[in-house]
Amino acid sequence: MKRDRITECNDWFLQRFPLTKLWNEHMAHYYAPKNFNFWYFFGSLALLVLVNQILTGIFLTMNYKPDAKLAFDSVEYIMRDVSWGWLIRYMHSTGSSAFFIVVYLHMFRGLMYGSYKHPRELIWIFGMLLFVALMAEAFMGYLLPWGQMSYWGAQVIISLFSAIPVIGDDLSLWLRGDYVVSDATLNRFFAFHVIAVPLALVLLVFLHIVALHEVGSNNPDGIEIKDSKDPWGHPVDGIPFHPYYTVKDLVGVGVFMLFFATVIFYMPEMGGYFLEHANFIPADPMKTPEHIAPVWYFTPFYAILRAIPDKFAGVIGMGGAIVVLFLLPWLDRSPVRSIRYRGGIYKKALALFVISFIALGYLGTQPATPTATLVARFFTAIYFGFFLLMPLYTRWEKTKPVPKRLTTTHSLEEQLGHLPELIEEITKIKAGSTEIGHAAFKSSFFAIRPNPNGIKNVISRVVKNVKGSLD
Amino acid sequence: MNNKGVDQSKRQFLTSALTVVGAVGSGYLAVPFLAQMQPSAKAMAAGAPVEVDISKMESGQLIRVAWRGKPVWILNRSSQVLETLKTLDSELRDPLSLESLQPESSKNPERSIKPEILVAVGLCTHLGCSPTFRPEIAPNDLGDKWKGGFFCPCHGSWFDLAGRVYRGVPAPTNLEIPPYRYITDTQLIIGEPAEEQSA
Repeated sequence: MKRDRITECNDWFLQRFPLTKLWNEHMAHYYAPKNFNFWYFFGSLALLVLVNQILTGIFLTMNYKPDAKLAFDSVEYIMRDVSWGWLIRYMHSTGSSAFFIVVYLHMFRGLMYGSYKHPRELIWIFGMLLFVALMAEAFMGYLLPWGQMSYWGAQVIISLFSAIPVIGDDLSLWLRGDYVVSDATLNRFFAFHVIAVPLALVLLVFLHIVALHEVGSNNPDGIEIKDSKDPWGHPVDGIPFHPYYTVKDLVGVGVFMLFFATVIFYMPEMGGYFLEHANFIPADPMKTPEHIAPVWYFTPFYAILRAIPDKFAGVIGMGGAIVVLFLLPWLDRSPVRSIRYRGGIYKKALALFVISFIALGYLGTQPATPTATLVARFFTAIYFGFFLLMPLYTRWEKTKPVPKRLTTTHSLEEQLGHLPELIEEITKIKAGSTEIGHAAFKSSFFAIRPNPNGIKNVISRVVKNVKGSLD
Repeated sequence: MNNKGVDQSKRQFLTSALTVVGAVGSGYLAVPFLAQMQPSAKAMAAGAPVEVDISKMESGQLIRVAWRGKPVWILNRSSQVLETLKTLDSELRDPLSLESLQPESSKNPERSIKPEILVAVGLCTHLGCSPTFRPEIAPNDLGDKWKGGFFCPCHGSWFDLAGRVYRGVPAPTNLEIPPYRYITDTQLIIGEPAEEQSA
């Protein structure tokens, strides 16, 4: 009797809402390639961080005051007087940095395995729109504590728009709602930060996932699993997202939370990188801090802006650094998706790009000395070279034959089996190989001693492997 | 849908007409929302002139006052500084202030009414940071070419002690000079234009 009631309820519901259908389509019967590796954690982690930001954000707005006179003190009030306010605030501030870490790794995965290539161009475009919305969200959120960095950062970024010819000055005036960054600016940034941009983010995440589930996920081999199907029509190399990848992602979530909690509890300011020191001083429109830098996730683009000694060209360069990313699916002319089967040119180009991105990120945190500016120009050239020369070098590169089916990689357990062998090679001196070996054998209380020849062999083997994998 | 016997061109016309009317209507509806983000009447009315007493200023001293929420600098320059300013023209982007913002009374090499007293809006013309006052000559961090001036820490723009921008830095024009005039010899008012001299 009781069971029937439940079934009845279920039926009543399911006749009116396709819950089972949705669940199956996107989880239980959504087939994902079976060879997802480490790099595939970051999509679901980005979703997790988004949820964290929205939840902590809701509770922060309960005590925050978007008013130029009250904002700074209300943040201090949250930190000192509100029960657990410090935790919620640190979860939110650390979450913003974590969001960018996760998203940058997610984007790098796309670059490695060609996830933006045909037929996934639209997924990439939605992803890039998400990235832009995320930057807007982070920028506007950073004004809210109304500290010195908040104030002057907003002043600089809004002034970027004034570089646009003809309409620039009116546009930046319209954005600020005043002749300088002021209470009006703070109030509207609050409105955008808590409602407008989050709505856009959630919508874009929805579109990103719908587009992904339409064409199916890419994978580290960059081949279509839909091309080989079993008699039931399921991809042979695919496994249902649930339970296989939900469980795998849970492990990723666990490890991520470990790092996340460590930062929140032990280094919430991250030495001035997550929360900048100058932002603990209330905004002062009369005085710019000696050294201003944006939060770390904007510094690569900021370094590009500073590297170009012309106001309009600098803004174009900074905007262009993001626009070229949108064009990536059409700049890449290689017939092969994954870095595993690409030629050496792309591997080297990608390595140079990563180096220049990190270097620009570092330079953006440093004062603009003439030497630093020169170095930043060099890396800016590499950054744009990676994208703008791509149509050429991806056409020239010699690709390797792509397999029909997914390749299996060695699991961690298998590789651990080789560990004792490796330890033996770098520690034990083979008997009889040298005279010193004999002496060492005799006098050793310890069976384990480093073997210089063994270490040399291992290092040369690793170098050879790395060199070989670059071709 | 049954399309038999339907005048397609009439239907197309109605669809197009409705689309256009809808678009125009939405455009009008957007106006109040976009316009409400403009500076409010209160923000536009703020910005009363500011009086400054400079009688106690020593040579080389810089004071900051707020005018319309912006920092305004008043700098008392020594004759030595004024001599140096004359030697810099070749290194400056706009030494005669042809493309920069200033009232007519300050459109001269010193960019001021009285040569020794500089009044300028202390916001970099690049992206609006407030440059730091660095009157010393050839400090370690700025190098031998530095003859004293204003250095913008945000993006490394250089200005001389008349607020004129150097070449090869991001800032496009000289620092803005606000309208100001002297009430007495040692009293000036910022935000009111000087009586224009007939020239």
